[in-house]
Amino acid sequence: MSESLIEESILSRPKYGQLAIAPGLAHYFVADASGAECVIRVAQTAPKGFMEKVHILYVPTPGENALITALYALGAKRFEHVPTIDAAIAKLGDWLSESKMGSQLYLAGTEGLIGRAVAKGEECGLDHTAVQCEHRGSLARRVQCVHCKTMIEKVTTQPVKCPSCDLLLLVRDHYSRRLAAFQGVCINAEDPTEEVEIREVFK
Amino acid sequence: MSASDHLIPVVVSRVVEVNSIIKRFEFKHIHGNELPAFSGGAHIVVEMLDGPIKRKNAYSLMSSPFDRDQYAISVRRDDNGRGGSKFMHEKVEPGMRMNISAPVNLFALDLRARKHLMIAGGIGITPFIAQMTQASSLGVPFELHYAARSASQAAYMDSLQDRFGDHVRCYCDDAGGGPDLAALLSDQPLGTHVYVCGPKGMIEAVVQTATDLGWPAAHIHFEHFLSPPVGKAFSVHLAKAGIDITVGPEQSLLEAIEASGTPVKCLCRGGACGQCETKVVTCDGDIAHNDHWLDDDQRASKQFIMPCVSRFSGKRLELDL
Repeated sequence: MSESLIEESILSRPKYGQLAIAPGLAHYFVADASGAECVIRVAQTAPKGFMEKVHILYVPTPGENALITALYALGAKRFEHVPTIDAAIAKLGDWLSESKMGSQLYLAGTEGLIGRAVAKGEECGLDHTAVQCEHRGSLARRVQCVHCKTMIEKVTTQPVKCPSCDLLLLVRDHYSRRLAAFQGVCINAEDPTEEVEIREVFK
Repeated sequence: MSASDHLIPVVVSRVVEVNSIIKRFEFKHIHGNELPAFSGGAHIVVEMLDGPIKRKNAYSLMSSPFDRDQYAISVRRDDNGRGGSKFMHEKVEPGMRMNISAPVNLFALDLRARKHLMIAGGIGITPFIAQMTQASSLGVPFELHYAARSASQAAYMDSLQDRFGDHVRCYCDDAGGGPDLAALLSDQPLGTHVYVCGPKGMIEAVVQTATDLGWPAAHIHFEHFLSPPVGKAFSVHLAKAGIDITVGPEQSLLEAIEASGTPVKCLCRGGACGQCETKVVTCDGDIAHNDHWLDDDQRASKQFIMPCVSRFSGKRLELDL
């Protein structure tokens, strides 16, 4: 899979780097199928003894097994795979609530996974400088309808129709770290009859 | 302008000999007015009029941040210093009028912390006494690790253990030494902030150990006030004022600038806060950079000096003042 290609935008729009080992007592990795390769890359170049301090949480694509096997084979202290991002975020909260200062969090994959794991880390007291993110895979966005507050997952179109209040939303680059979501604002508020072409832009 | 330009007139309400080297001084406003509010970790600058010499030293407030009727500081006597602590110990008595600055806090608790881990060495205990009063009332978990040379020199150790019980752990060099920093810093819950105040070596050890263990820099707080070191007298030209001044052996450059009536910004007077950073116009000689503020490149450039703690030796020093 190719590296992330996110265009330069406003300050609010998250940017991502490349995972690199930081000093720490415990290293937590969370990845989905598109980010698994990043975890494997870090593990393969890690110094001796590193994997004994590593905890991996993985969200596979349904029906896919090869990456589970490959991640398991890295020999981490703890490896678990869970079916959904929701389950992964809840599990990460459990892990971090027992963790100590000196913990590092590494996130790899789609923005929905990264954003929600960053917010969970912050909620658990993890400083943002102890969190690294590497974007891989789809640019589909998690969007909050600012009007009815519905969270819309895996949005790929511009604009997008809110499944709850039916408003047509312009997906902004304005991002909330707390909600881990981009903001969707009604695009035709002045004239609801105005028709706007819906195009797939977040691939 | 600086905090110490707006001095508060106070009367020394009490002087307590804590042990053979430490005295506590309590101040009240001369009219009994409420003193300015402060938070744990704040310090004041105390003006000392010692004959023709005017000294201004910074001391951490140790009294309760919830008590605005009085302030308390503790001063460790240093007979090899410039004479400020000696003046406090020998000349300051109850009933005496003095001037102090409003409090300034460069060592505040980070209120986002899940737990406050405090590490004190010797007289570095004072800011933590105010901080513990604050943390205890906020109901946030905290823990103090307090190391001193000997039990007889460990100011307030007993009273702190009485007040804060298990929150306080004490260590004496003559009875097993200080805390095992690696063990202590490896076993703190996520969201802990560490604060250290004490000798230079202790601060460096805590910062280094925590950093090596993967603690984020934003979770590591330290305060290291320097007293301005003594040295040989030297002359300085103040370019804007167009005057030459002489800095005495026991005077700081900042004090000499102030004595000449030339305006200069300052805050902590101990090389930590950066307020008095001054541009050097000409430097034919060596600057002894004693501060914690300038980085290595700035020092090497000889274009900046922190007048509160740094000195000069050589032919000519001209400052942009």
